[in-house]
Amino acid sequence: MKIIVNGESKTVPDNCSAQQLVELLEITHGRIAMEVNMEIVPRSTYAEFRFKPGDQVEVVHAVGGGQEPVEGRGLGLRI
Amino acid sequence: MLENDTFVIAGKTYTSRLLVGSGKYKDLEETRLATEASEAQIMTVAVRRTNIGQHPGEPNLLDVLPPDKITYLPNTAMCYTAEDAVRTCRLARELLDGHNLVKLEVLGDEKTLYPDIAQTFVAAEQLIKDGFDVMVYTSDDPIVAKRLEEMGCVAVMPLAAPIGSGLGIRNPYNIRTIVENANVPILVDAGVGTASDAAIAMELGCDGVLMNTAIAGAKNPVLMASAMKKAIQAGREAYLAGRIPKKAFASASSPIDGLFF
Repeated sequence: MKIIVNGESKTVPDNCSAQQLVELLEITHGRIAMEVNMEIVPRSTYAEFRFKPGDQVEVVHAVGGGQEPVEGRGLGLRI
Repeated sequence: MLENDTFVIAGKTYTSRLLVGSGKYKDLEETRLATEASEAQIMTVAVRRTNIGQHPGEPNLLDVLPPDKITYLPNTAMCYTAEDAVRTCRLARELLDGHNLVKLEVLGDEKTLYPDIAQTFVAAEQLIKDGFDVMVYTSDDPIVAKRLEEMGCVAVMPLAAPIGSGLGIRNPYNIRTIVENANVPILVDAGVGTASDAAIAMELGCDGVLMNTAIAGAKNPVLMASAMKKAIQAGREAYLAGRIPKKAFASASSPIDGLFF
């Protein structure tokens, strides 16, 4: 099935869990947060949480940033 | 040196009145060295999409400057709507395991990076309802600053000049008015260019200064971080010491009594 991850379409196994997605993305450090259809998915629930086709997924991490715009897109689409 | 000159934000006591950003550095090592030289205890961070598959083993900011050594202040830089700002803060709270302290900044346009006050009010109200401790970036309007305090923001942070401009304290009278009216910490956020700007902010009675570009954009960021630390301390001590009034004419510092000529 297809889901949208960070703005890009991605094919994942049917009934894919959040934990599986993290593994597919090769994120090893664990210092991330995930939002699906604008709702936070707590890290403690990654194993149980299952995606549905077309889900809008954001996977974020902390980067250096001050007051001014930093490199990389924010969440807003207007920028 | 002053002993026990601390200030409190959201129930936590800090001794350093210099708050730093972590953007615009050459690399994470320079970020770490400059941040350590600043002796800041609060550092802003941004929340961004992970670069999927590009650098899986790349070091992470949270590994280089662990949150148990410095208080993270996730900010909503580049948010232009209340909705984006609230989403960013919720993601940051999840990212940092329930950490509630955030810097709210909702920008109005790209040219000035001035805050959109209407959207800032909307976001602040929602975030406070959600249990966040909100440090809010705002213009140097004393009425707006007071309203944000009354809403429950834990610190109010007026700009001194546009973000990244380095123009220094453009309206010291407004900053002083905001400080005099306030019952929460007031921090100058944005506009500082060099050490004397930071000292002036502190001499006006601000509780602290938040800066990023002035340090990260300097030719030698680590040395500038050290300069800013000293400027903040000097300005603070001068404020507490109480400066002499300004006069239009000279005032001799040697005694007049006892002159023999």
